[in-house]
Amino acid sequence: MVNIFAYFIRYPNSVRSKILGCDLHRLDEGPSVQTVLTREDGLRYYRTMQTMRRMELKADQLYKQKIIRGFCHLYDGQEACAVGIEAGISPTDHLITAYRSHGYTYTRGVSVKEIMAELTGRSGGVAKGKGGSMHMYAKNFYGGNGIVGAQVPLGAGVALACQYQGKNEVCVTLYGDGAANQGQIFESFNMAALWKLPCIFICENNKYGMGTSVERASASTDYYKRGDYIPGLRVDGMDVLSVREATRFAADYCRSGKGPILMELQTYRYHGHSMSDPGVSYRTREEIQEIRSKSDPITMLKDCMISRNMASLEEIKDIDATVRKEIEEAAQFATSDPEPPLEDLCKHIFYNDAPLEVRGTHPWMRLKSIS
Amino acid sequence: LLLILIASISRATNPPLTFTGTEIEEQVFIADTHCMNVSAGPTQKMNLFQSVTSALDNTLAGDPTAVIFGEDVAFGGVFRCTVGLRDKYGKDRVFNTPLCEQGIVGFGIGAAAAGATAIAEIQFADYIYPAFDQIVNEAAKYRYRSGNMFDCGKLTIRAPWGCVGHGSIYHSQCPEAFFTHCPGIKIVVPRGPVQAKGLLLSCIADQNPCIFFEPKILYRAAVEQVPTEAYQIPLSQAEVLQEGSDLTLVAWGTQVHVLKEVAAMAQEKLGVSCELIDLRTILPWDTETVCKSVVKTGRLLISHEAPVTGGFAAEISSTVQEECFLNLEAPISRVCGYDTPFPHIFEPFYIPDKWKCFEAVKRMINY
Repeated sequence: MVNIFAYFIRYPNSVRSKILGCDLHRLDEGPSVQTVLTREDGLRYYRTMQTMRRMELKADQLYKQKIIRGFCHLYDGQEACAVGIEAGISPTDHLITAYRSHGYTYTRGVSVKEIMAELTGRSGGVAKGKGGSMHMYAKNFYGGNGIVGAQVPLGAGVALACQYQGKNEVCVTLYGDGAANQGQIFESFNMAALWKLPCIFICENNKYGMGTSVERASASTDYYKRGDYIPGLRVDGMDVLSVREATRFAADYCRSGKGPILMELQTYRYHGHSMSDPGVSYRTREEIQEIRSKSDPITMLKDCMISRNMASLEEIKDIDATVRKEIEEAAQFATSDPEPPLEDLCKHIFYNDAPLEVRGTHPWMRLKSIS
Repeated sequence: LLLILIASISRATNPPLTFTGTEIEEQVFIADTHCMNVSAGPTQKMNLFQSVTSALDNTLAGDPTAVIFGEDVAFGGVFRCTVGLRDKYGKDRVFNTPLCEQGIVGFGIGAAAAGATAIAEIQFADYIYPAFDQIVNEAAKYRYRSGNMFDCGKLTIRAPWGCVGHGSIYHSQCPEAFFTHCPGIKIVVPRGPVQAKGLLLSCIADQNPCIFFEPKILYRAAVEQVPTEAYQIPLSQAEVLQEGSDLTLVAWGTQVHVLKEVAAMAQEKLGVSCELIDLRTILPWDTETVCKSVVKTGRLLISHEAPVTGGFAAEISSTVQEECFLNLEAPISRVCGYDTPFPHIFEPFYIPDKWKCFEAVKRMINY
C-alpha cells in the first residue's frame, strides 16, 4: 500500500541543507556549511542508524537475559558518528576504533546476524565466537580493541602502510575522551605529523570516560586542539550530515598529502559505559532525556526528511518495521547457533605450518593449535 | 566400595557435560576458621572488597602521609574497594587520576620517593602493562641504583586479578609471573578477606614497592569475620592450611579454594591425605615451607590460572626439584591454564578446575 503511494508522490531528489560550522584549530578554512542530501542517501542513513539503534537495544535485552555475557559497551546515541564517517570515506579506506565498536562493525560491512552471534559467542559470529563484543573485525576494519588507547598507534601504522602503498587511502583512527589522556596517543600524533601520515584521528567525545566527566579528567577539554601542531576541527557529532562533511574535508586534507588531521565529534551515549553501569550515578536522567528529545540523531534526520518532504511517515514506519524484523531474525540466529567446538580453544595462537602442540592444563592432554 | 570408587573415578574423568559458565560462581567459598588468631579484638562480617576498604581506612587514619589514587577511586571504585574514604579523609587524600596507567604508577613512584605512603590502584590487572616499564625499570631498581639513597618503598599497587566467569581476554588475566622475573618488588595474592586485610597492611608498611593482586571473583563471594583494628600478616611466609602426609598442594588466590575441594575429594575418594599450602607472597616466596612439606610427602602439585609456560609454577617446580630431588616419589605436577589468551566462551574449559587437579592427584599417587 505504501509502495503504491511512493509511485504517485513526488519527492524532491535532493535538498540543500545548512549545517553547523566547525570550530577550527590551525586551519584557515573548515568544511562547507552547505551540503546536499539526496533522498536515497537520507533513507540509507536513516535505515543504517535505525538498524544500529535497534541492534544495540536488542543486545541490551539479550545481556539482561544473560544470553550475552562478558562485557558489552553499547553505542546508542552515537549512531551519527559511525554513519557520517562511513559516508565521508570509501570502503577501501581503513578504520580502527576502541571497544564501543558494534556500530562501526556494521557500517564497515558485517551483517547484524554475525555481530549478534559474536556477542553471544557462537561459531557463526564474525570472529568465530572467540572475540566477543570488543573484538570484531572486517575487511579494512581493524576492530574492536579492549585496551584503552592501544588502537591509536595501530591506526598510525595502518596510515603508514597506506602512504607506503600509494593507493590514496586514509586511515580513520578513533578514540574516546578518556583515552585522550593516554601517553601513546601523543606518541602517535608526533609520528603521524613528523612523517605526514594520512591519518584522521577522531576523538569521540561523549562527555564521560566511564563515570568521569571530561572536566574532571582532562586539563584541556578542547580535544580538537590536543594535537597541538596537528590541525583540528570540532564537529557536532549528533548530526550525521555535519559528520559526513567534516569527514570528507578531513579525508581530502589527508589525501592531498598534508599530513594527519584531528577531529573531535561531540556526541552522547544513552547507555552507561557498559552493561554493568546503569549510567545515572554520574549524570542525571534529565540530562539523558534532554539529549534524547532535542538532539537524537535518528529523530533529527527523520524530522529533516519529513519536513523537507523527502520521505513520508509511512515509508519511515516501513523501514522501522523491516529493521525490527531483521534484528529479530539476527537475535534468533544468535541464540540458536552452536557454540564453537572445543578444539577452537587452541586454534590461531600462532601461524604454523604443522599443527603445534599446545601445553595444557595438565601434561597428558594436549590440544593442537592449527592456523 | 570398589564400585563406588570406580564410579567416582569415572565421574572424575568424565566431567559434567553441561558447562553453563557458572561452575566458578557456584563454587563454595569456605571461610577460614582456624586463622582467627591473626588479631584479638572486635570483628565484623566483611567480604573481600570491604576488608580492603577497612585496611585502607586504617591506613589513612593512622598515617597522615597516606594517599590513595587511581581511576574512579573517588566514588568508591569499580569494585567498591574505596567506598566512603573520600568523604571521610578528604579529596586531597583520595583522588581520581585520568586514564593513564603509566602515569599513575610513575606518579606513585615519585610520591613515594618524596615520602608519601602512595597506594595506587590499577583498575584491572590486565591494564597494568603500560605501567610495566615504570614498575620494573623504575620502582624495582630505585633503591639499588641509588645505593640506598632513594627508594620508593612506600609505594603499593593494588589491582583486581584473576578469572571471574565472564571476563574474557582483558578482564581475567593473572600477570604475576611477568613481575616475578624482577628483583626489587614484592608480589602478594590473598585468598580471602582476613588474609587480604592483613597482607595489604603488611604491603603498605613494607619498605619495598609491593604489588597486591586481589582475586576479583572473591570480592563479593568471600565473606569472613574480619578484625576491625589494623593487623599485619607477615610477608614471604606461606601458610599450611591443612596438614597431610601423601601429597603437597600449592596455590594462591582463588585457586586455594579449588585445591581445598580437591584435598577433600582426594581424602574421600582415594584415601589420600593432602597438605595444602597457600603461598600468599609470590615474590619473594617461602621456599622453606614448601620444601619441608615436599620432604614429608614426596609429591607436589602446583596450580594456577595463568598459562602453564613460564607461569610461576615453573619456578616452584624447579626449586623444589633442586632441593628435594631424592624425596620425590613422582614428577612434580603443574595444573595450570592453557598456553592461549584467556578465552571468552571457552573459559570453563580453560581454567584448571577441581576435576583436572583431581586427575593429576590420581596420576601422582599411582605413579
